[in-house]
Amino acid sequence: MIVQAIFFYLFACICVASAVMVIASKNPVHSVLFLILAFVNAAGLFVLMGAEFLAMILIVVYVGAVAVLFLFVVMMLDVDFSQLRQGFLQYLPIGVLIGGIFLAELLLLVGAWTIGPGIPQAITAPIPPIASVPNTAAIGQVLYTRYVYFFEAAGMVLLVAMVGAIVLTLQHRVRVRRQDIGAQVARNPRTSIELRRLRPGQGLETNP
Amino acid sequence: MTIGLGHYLSVAAILFTIGIFGIFLNRRNVIIILMSIELILLAVNINLVAFSTHLGDIVGQIYALLVLTVAAAEAAIGLAILVVYFRNRGSIAVEDINLMKG
Repeated sequence: MIVQAIFFYLFACICVASAVMVIASKNPVHSVLFLILAFVNAAGLFVLMGAEFLAMILIVVYVGAVAVLFLFVVMMLDVDFSQLRQGFLQYLPIGVLIGGIFLAELLLLVGAWTIGPGIPQAITAPIPPIASVPNTAAIGQVLYTRYVYFFEAAGMVLLVAMVGAIVLTLQHRVRVRRQDIGAQVARNPRTSIELRRLRPGQGLETNP
Repeated sequence: MTIGLGHYLSVAAILFTIGIFGIFLNRRNVIIILMSIELILLAVNINLVAFSTHLGDIVGQIYALLVLTVAAAEAAIGLAILVVYFRNRGSIAVEDINLMKG
């Protein structure tokens, strides 16, 4: 139990500290790297809670995909980031005020809150014992049966996001020759072949 | 000392607050705002998983999976819009983004 507490505080402290560094660091590349650190430590918290599958998915999706995407964009944009930080101190008081209010409310809520008496009876899909069904299998048994429509909707969301991102960022270059399938299909022998009668010693002018 | 539900909820609350604080602090930088949104969604996920494992109901983890999907899609679309905007205007400052002002 004490090991669990030690690891909880380790992961939680690193996670919160790197989240602070995400919003406070001067260089956006450092922000992205601290974001990766925060997500890895959140994955550690997930493992401590007993949700291994989500922890691995968090690492794969966030560290492997989203953070790399952020990194690409940050490095691709040629922006003077120091100029973007000019209002930093100007917004600090209102940010501290609203953040403090939020944190106080949330922590008060966490402190003064109990689970209602009817909640434990209202569980729809109880977690099976970890010895018989591992976490991944337990999620799959529920996700692919009762929540299959949500699963497919999530797939549709990802498809729309992918198509949207491609459509947004695709740029047509002007000077590149592209395949025109309509023109190709519309060709017939009469438009593509021309017969000329040539006398010996006479050349042929081609029209481009 | 045992680590209970309240500990995880406190961590999630702190992360959520840091995310909101980051949006206020970096009002001019869209990339940091997107990262703050990712932090907020991470806090929500920690909440969902904490409740799921505490109450023994696996639906919370499935919901966290869906939140993860939406977060990934949102990041992809947001960054694509950012790249297109930078290509057109040469700047990503938030106060320059006012073309659609009514």
